Amino acid sequence: MFKKMLGAVITAALMLTGTNSIQAETLNLLTWKDYAPKPLKEKFKAETGIDVKVTFSNNEEMIAKLRATRGAGFDLAQPSQDRIQSVQEKYKLYQAMDFSKIEKGLFIQSMLKAVEKNTMVKGKPHAVPFCWGSSGLIVNKKLAPNASDYSDLLNAMYAGRVSYRLKRPTLIGIAFAMGDDPFAKYSNVKEYKMLMDKVEASLIAGKGFVKNYWTNGDNLLQLLRSGEVHVAMGWDGGGWKLHAENPDIDFIAPTSGALGWIDTFAIPAKAKNVSAAYKWINFIMRPENAAVFTNQEKYATASKGAAELTDASIKANFQRSFPQAAIDNINWYPPVPANLEKIEGKLLDRVKSAQ
Amino acid sequence: MKKYRNWGFFIFLLPVLLWLFLLIVLPHIDLLIMSFRFEDDYGELTWGMANYKEFFGEPIYWLTFVRTAIYSLVVTFLTFVIGLPVAFFITKVVSVKYKGALTLLVLLPFWVSELVRVYGWMILLRESGVVNHLLLKTGLLAKPVEMLYNDAAMIMGLVYTTMLFMIVPLISVLDSLEDELIEAAFDLGGNARSVLFRIIIPYATPGIVSGSIVVFMLTLGNYLTPNLIGGKNSLWFTEQIYNQFIASFNWNQGSAFGFLLLILSSLIIWLGLKVSKQNLAKVVQ
Repeated sequence: MFKKMLGAVITAALMLTGTNSIQAETLNLLTWKDYAPKPLKEKFKAETGIDVKVTFSNNEEMIAKLRATRGAGFDLAQPSQDRIQSVQEKYKLYQAMDFSKIEKGLFIQSMLKAVEKNTMVKGKPHAVPFCWGSSGLIVNKKLAPNASDYSDLLNAMYAGRVSYRLKRPTLIGIAFAMGDDPFAKYSNVKEYKMLMDKVEASLIAGKGFVKNYWTNGDNLLQLLRSGEVHVAMGWDGGGWKLHAENPDIDFIAPTSGALGWIDTFAIPAKAKNVSAAYKWINFIMRPENAAVFTNQEKYATASKGAAELTDASIKANFQRSFPQAAIDNINWYPPVPANLEKIEGKLLDRVKSAQ
Repeated sequence: MKKYRNWGFFIFLLPVLLWLFLLIVLPHIDLLIMSFRFEDDYGELTWGMANYKEFFGEPIYWLTFVRTAIYSLVVTFLTFVIGLPVAFFITKVVSVKYKGALTLLVLLPFWVSELVRVYGWMILLRESGVVNHLLLKTGLLAKPVEMLYNDAAMIMGLVYTTMLFMIVPLISVLDSLEDELIEAAFDLGGNARSVLFRIIIPYATPGIVSGSIVVFMLTLGNYLTPNLIGGKNSLWFTEQIYNQFIASFNWNQGSAFGFLLLILSSLIIWLGLKVSKQNLAKVVQ
């Protein structure tokens, strides 16, 4: 009796796992939080039968994860366009983009070209653009009406009401606010280091004014939402999300220029389901799908025609925060050369351990 | 017969050996090799001690380690000071029928992950949090104060997250302490103080030491609590290892830090065992 039951259980278990493995074609997506909205995942599943399994990450962790497995474990990743070239040269994390499998017509051509150029390694492009935005200031205008530049993050006027991330965008922003151009010094390690030493000194001098260094987007939004923080460095999409909840809070393009980034699609070197990766790219870049993403997360995409399908509030956001002069003033990240990370890493350690 | 038994022994030993070798020894060998390699000025990987020299040469690194170790010792001591009365109360004071329920209460918070517990504390302590709200309502405070992001909050969080690992060994060791020993001590003219220091603590020493080792190691290797509750001033040594791997892309330096953490913390525990005159084999039983 017992043996019979055991046999039945085992066959049932085998059948279950068997059917599962047939059904479950999955796409392992390594991306930022919110980059694969639920309605789009469901729509994709209905169209193609592919499950999208999402792992949240950020630029640094994406590189570390893929480096640990030499580019295995994920079918598609979404690093920023400036963090691909040098990493690819050194660790060979990604495979070249096969443009014949991509519907080029879906993209805003200038952006496609820019990303193609910036991720070129050995004559082959390694990424296509997905969405773009900028880093700048998120300000509670009622409580800090005069905050206008990165230097206000170090301003004693806002003591205890300031927050930023202890990561490289902050260093770059502060450097621009000092009237310098860190991007122009990318190619000269010595000069870059001298500039970063100055940035370090001012970050340490202003450390007392910081409430906390935020570590993830939700963390930041919560600090601003509760009114604990009045001036923060953050992404435009986050600022506009808060603006919808509380009109006092808004994203501001700093006077020394917002920092423009483009997040991309790149296929890891040992991706298992490459065809699903291309399917997802061609799916999410369709204007109606890209518009769903933009309406929910407030970030603009590189999808041609999606802008016409987005809500009126999205356009209003952009016009409010980016008058023409501010658009011209955006500093777009060029590819980060190797060896800068080491300088910055040590600097950030010193700032964090300073009293 | 003898041959048969040997086979059985080997079959049961195999998983243990595989576990130890594949999941513990092998990765450590890889890390050890990595820690002795570094990039020279031309970007070439070479062999050498540079990563270890870096630790001792750069004050922020070893100072962070010293800070982490001292705070871990403080946390261990505090968990002991709080854990001993709790364990004593559960094993000796309340009646036997509540013992199970009380032990369960101590266990209960550990059914959710550390992350959830830490966020719980953050909701309570933040400037717009529950505690501040209550203090403002009752008029005890005129203005909310930030209770998070300082060392005191961080130590409290660490004590809370590791408390269980002190209380459980103490309960098991105090369970075997005969009540008659305490009664006899009082009969012979002892007071609460001398009973505590001459009967209970000496008897419970193996439990105290094994609890302390676990708490110390867990605290030293903690990443979440110092990072989330400690905030801007809380550079913990584990975070430095993380930064080397993730932010600086310097896995070699990170491996060296990992090994230094292993060696230095083993050294501290060895010293602790020597000072308390305990023997590791006895303590871990």
